[in-house]
Amino acid sequence: MKSLAELQALRDKMKDQMGIRGDDSKNIRVVVGMATCGIAAGARPVLHAFTEEVAKRGLKDVTVAQTGCIGICQYEPVVEVMEPGKEKVTYVKMTPEKAVKVVNDHLVNGNVVTEYTIGAVAK
Amino acid sequence: MQELSLNILDVAENSVRAGATLTTILVDEQPQQDLLTIQIADNGCGMSEEQVQRVTDPFFTTRTTRKVGLGVPLLKMAAELAGGSFSIRSKLGEGTTTTATFQLGHIDRMPLGDVAATICTLVQCNPEIDFVYTYRRGEREFSADTRQFRQILEGVPLSDPQVVTFLREYILENTRELGG
Repeated sequence: MKSLAELQALRDKMKDQMGIRGDDSKNIRVVVGMATCGIAAGARPVLHAFTEEVAKRGLKDVTVAQTGCIGICQYEPVVEVMEPGKEKVTYVKMTPEKAVKVVNDHLVNGNVVTEYTIGAVAK
Repeated sequence: MQELSLNILDVAENSVRAGATLTTILVDEQPQQDLLTIQIADNGCGMSEEQVQRVTDPFFTTRTTRKVGLGVPLLKMAAELAGGSFSIRSKLGEGTTTTATFQLGHIDRMPLGDVAATICTLVQCNPEIDFVYTYRRGEREFSADTRQFRQILEGVPLSDPQVVTFLREYILENTRELGG
């Protein structure tokens, strides 16, 4: 069973990594809508899938965070990806499976998954 | 909402919005009394008496972006559907305590679901404030306290994906051990 001793070990490992953490100008923000509408539509497993995939791949310059209701409740779960110097990308009707693909294609390889974006879905 | 842990997440977000620095979440299962109690307490800005009276009304919200607020009414409905009760105590400047009870074995009681995921979501998205989660079953209990995690982490952020992934498993395994 997991104990807090393991958290100490993780801390030590991460402290070593923190030195090589990239600078903030490269930081990508992944923001998941977490109001009542988002939560009811399945935002929590989406946030979890992003977190797990980012942790698994050891991505250093990615922050996964939340936002409130942005007013397009019918498209929840909504995820926004904000990259410095690039236009914000809004993914809609997300699922944990789609989240994994967004991490791999967009965050790692830099290719926006156009078919999941609001522009493609809202047609 | 398909599981009570999502209601917990939703209502705890109100505590975050209320500027709480500490939010405590209790899930208390007492099989012998056929009773499940969920309590979310915070030290946020609190509500006026008028607000407390209106907060269970779906057409009341403090937000200005729309006219409905469904978080609290949904939890109240879930409790009342399962032979339980719902109450909110609040004082301006001191905080708010929301309590919902359920008949544990009631056929319409929604499953508790993944409370560990709820706690981790709250911690990850609000790493600057503290949460204490207590799971009690019968006489045994387990608590996860971000103040303790913070002390151990020595500056490593609570919101780091690797830390969050650890915390989720830590909470999951320790509560499962109690039968949760």
